[in-house]
Amino acid sequence: MIELESMPLPVSRPDTADTLLRLDGLKTYYPIRKGLLGRVKGHVKAVDGVSLDIRQGETLGLVGESGCGKSTIGRTILRLEQSTGGVIRYRGEDITHYSTSKMRPMRTEMQMIFQDPFSSLNPWMRVRDILKEPMIAHDKASSATVDAEVDRLLDAVGIPRAYKERYAHEFSGGQRQRIGIARALALNPKFIVCDEPVSALDVSIQAQVLNLLKQLQKDMGLTYLFIAHGLGAVKYISTRIAVMYLGKVVEIGTKEEIFRAPKHPYTQILLNAYPVPNPHLRGREKIVVQGDVPSPANPPSGCRFHTRCPFVQDRCRQEEPALLGGIDGHAAACHYAF
Amino acid sequence: MSNLLEVEGIETVFRTERGEVTSVDGVSFTLKAGETLGIVGESGCGKSVTSLSIMQLLGKTGSIRKGEIRLNGRNITGLAESSMRQIRGSEVSMIFQDPMTSLNPVFTIGNQLMESIMLHLPLTGKAAQDHAIEMLRKVGISRPEEIMNEYPHKLSGGMRQRVMIAIALSCEPKLLIADEPTTALDVTIQAQILDLMKKLREETGTAIMLITHDLGVVAEMADRVIVMYAGQVVEEADVFTLFDKPLHPYTAGLMGSIPHLDGDDEETLASIPGTVPPLQQMPSGCRFHTRCELATEKCAAEAPPLLEQAEGHRVRCWAAQGELDIKSSTLTLLKEVTT
Amino acid sequence: MITYIARRLLIFVPVLLGITIINFIIINMAPGNPVDMYIDPNMSPAIAEAKKEALGLNDPLFIQYFKWLGTILTGDLGYSMSSFAPVAQLIGERIMPTVTLGLAALVLALLIAVPLGILSALKQNTKIDYLVTGLSFIGTSIPNFFLGLALIYIFAVNLGVLPTGGMQKLGGDGGFGDRMIHMILPAIVLATAIAGRKVRYVRASMLDVLKQDYLRTARSKGVHEFWVTNKHALRNALLPVITVVGLEIPILLGGAIITEQIFQWPGIGQLTLQSMMSRDYPTIMALNLIAAIAVLGANLLTDVMYSAADPRIKVG
Repeated sequence: MIELESMPLPVSRPDTADTLLRLDGLKTYYPIRKGLLGRVKGHVKAVDGVSLDIRQGETLGLVGESGCGKSTIGRTILRLEQSTGGVIRYRGEDITHYSTSKMRPMRTEMQMIFQDPFSSLNPWMRVRDILKEPMIAHDKASSATVDAEVDRLLDAVGIPRAYKERYAHEFSGGQRQRIGIARALALNPKFIVCDEPVSALDVSIQAQVLNLLKQLQKDMGLTYLFIAHGLGAVKYISTRIAVMYLGKVVEIGTKEEIFRAPKHPYTQILLNAYPVPNPHLRGREKIVVQGDVPSPANPPSGCRFHTRCPFVQDRCRQEEPALLGGIDGHAAACHYAF
Repeated sequence: MSNLLEVEGIETVFRTERGEVTSVDGVSFTLKAGETLGIVGESGCGKSVTSLSIMQLLGKTGSIRKGEIRLNGRNITGLAESSMRQIRGSEVSMIFQDPMTSLNPVFTIGNQLMESIMLHLPLTGKAAQDHAIEMLRKVGISRPEEIMNEYPHKLSGGMRQRVMIAIALSCEPKLLIADEPTTALDVTIQAQILDLMKKLREETGTAIMLITHDLGVVAEMADRVIVMYAGQVVEEADVFTLFDKPLHPYTAGLMGSIPHLDGDDEETLASIPGTVPPLQQMPSGCRFHTRCELATEKCAAEAPPLLEQAEGHRVRCWAAQGELDIKSSTLTLLKEVTT
Repeated sequence: MITYIARRLLIFVPVLLGITIINFIIINMAPGNPVDMYIDPNMSPAIAEAKKEALGLNDPLFIQYFKWLGTILTGDLGYSMSSFAPVAQLIGERIMPTVTLGLAALVLALLIAVPLGILSALKQNTKIDYLVTGLSFIGTSIPNFFLGLALIYIFAVNLGVLPTGGMQKLGGDGGFGDRMIHMILPAIVLATAIAGRKVRYVRASMLDVLKQDYLRTARSKGVHEFWVTNKHALRNALLPVITVVGLEIPILLGGAIITEQIFQWPGIGQLTLQSMMSRDYPTIMALNLIAAIAVLGANLLTDVMYSAADPRIKVG
């Protein structure tokens, strides 16, 4: 490990014509109320100063363990949660404090696919109506074209057109997830937040859905923020990857950089801890970190990973490392990055 | 070494409003003392029901209709409930997928741990408590005396799974059934728990039946593996053979479906088309034929038997058994998806 | 916990204020007033008007309210406009009989509902389950007054084993046994509806608990089915029941009005009805205030009890 001595470069890539989304120091806190008058006595810092950018046609994979804030980022971008600080820019436009009415047109561009295909679709709605609903709400289709649109969407996600009269509860998990994807596509969005879209599915179905997402991206020029805890899925679908720990990005880089040359100890441990489906590798040396993830209400001082880091130094306990990197945009928040 | 557990042709059925369904259909396998057997399959394949059949915890609606389960040579299939209770938690114990819901929220850890100890061991009072504390220490819980008085909600998922393991191992069972023990846990916590299970396996010599959908966990832990599909065993082999040379198209398909962390990027994943058929509408012939790329008319008409192809390597597939003409292409296809 | 209780008590103040204002408006919207109700046909309109003036009934409504609030804040509940006795004294005489009857009904209802609800859940979709569910349906839907009159007809009039009403035998000593005998019928009437509702609640709660993973864990440890039910399941199933028992208290107060009338039980319910009939504003307002405090207090007590019983919930 070498201490970074040369003047590090700021991690965010400069804006280009392709930059679709940019987060600058985004924070989402949830208040903890206590005492006689219910005053705010602290915050759960779900997202605590995250900066990153996504370019058109890219997939940014967001990985981390539960409670690291990855889902909150997705929800905050779509304004399903209110940010506490920082800036969200979409196509250069600051949408952080857009009113509901100003957000409305944005919602046709930005959509979300949810984790649980069983609770995210109303079981007593017909597939046709599930897909029509967003189009009608946003005046995107006339009654003449809406049925053709529904057929187009069903074709795109590989659900037979004949199934459009069926109710959501009649479908299997994988099929429901396809319907969820079709609903997200109904308004021809440019940007989709995929929040653990395959975690609830069986292995063989996961592969189907991942392939579908990749195909749709190619066909429709979509940009994804792909949130997951399964490293395999993230590697398969992402162009760049950000690793999160306790509300912060600890490492960001291209898929190759993250998987071939991880700089942050936490990234290395995550990759190393992932059980490899190859029994010949079972004897490999493994770093098993001890303990649990600390509470985001009371994160450790200095580097947030220091309580579990096998390479911890004194400096890590006091000084919080910045997310710094080289000119290639591969950055890690570690004083002693590899 | 003699077999600790012999499961022979068990058929487990459940009564439902729409008639009887067969969840486990003619499953046979054996498990030697100290061995770790992985049972792999997707939801609804019958892997959990197989384990619950061994414990005879099938509820009011489930029953074992056929077959025999022998524990240390003793047939336990028809045992009275009172005799089964003596086996549960003492000779065979279980840990489950979700540590968040597997512990009773209104009793302390100590209460739930000592309950098992006092049921099966000749220990009471202080001695039982000491043993409980010792078990918590063994599973890597610091401050075990304090944790004894805590309620489950105070503990993290990883800690709760450690407690579950402590309960399961407290009476020195010969067999531990672990039903998706790490599925609900984060990656780093999963690594901790797998590490702990390996350590305890070495210390105690307990045989483990590891039920999972995660081929990574199986590759990490198991000596031998059974692959289940739609209530049946479709392939069985030692772990190295299974990963190196899977014979069943379903096994090969599963392995092709996992994106690999190492190696080059895959352009598309080899996915298995379609979905698992519902138990009420099992296809005729080979149950996998509707999703199998190698399927022929024979596969649709006749159900293949589970036959040994090589020493200890059993497979239920006409193609793998050389009964179809496409033998050479089978091998190339299977090779493609697995490498 | 103490800060939590203090915070809740603090919230009581505006809530009570709101409730009294609404009550005051509603009471005054009812036609008639205390003077009209007790008017002697021979009384001249002028005297009646003078009486109204003296009682302050001609003041604007908000002045009347603030006058009432002023006296309440000094701890004085005022005087009844019909019997001219201090309201505090009237209520003081009546409160214990109502509390005793209510508690007896609540305990009786739970003694019936908890075992039946659990039995019904354990025997789900069997004849026993259908029978219990059917009975609970009848219990919930049978009107208080009808059940009360039917019971009086059977046990007091026909069989003559129980008194028709009152709290003690005429000229009796009013001892414990005497009171208990008088309480049987009204308590049964009040308990029937509560038990009917609670059976279904306990059943649903138990059915939910019976599906939980931790029962499978208990069974896999070799725990006897009796203890799986009565240790592991029961405690979890009864937790939510605490909440709804607290919610029964306002319903009990409401039910008491009719039941006490039927059984001539000298409690708050009877007093409420009498003072309503005579438009006795100060008494009605005081009774409403007490009812409101009882309901809010019951809610608070419920939350505190819940937090004491469920280790997962810590209020604060």
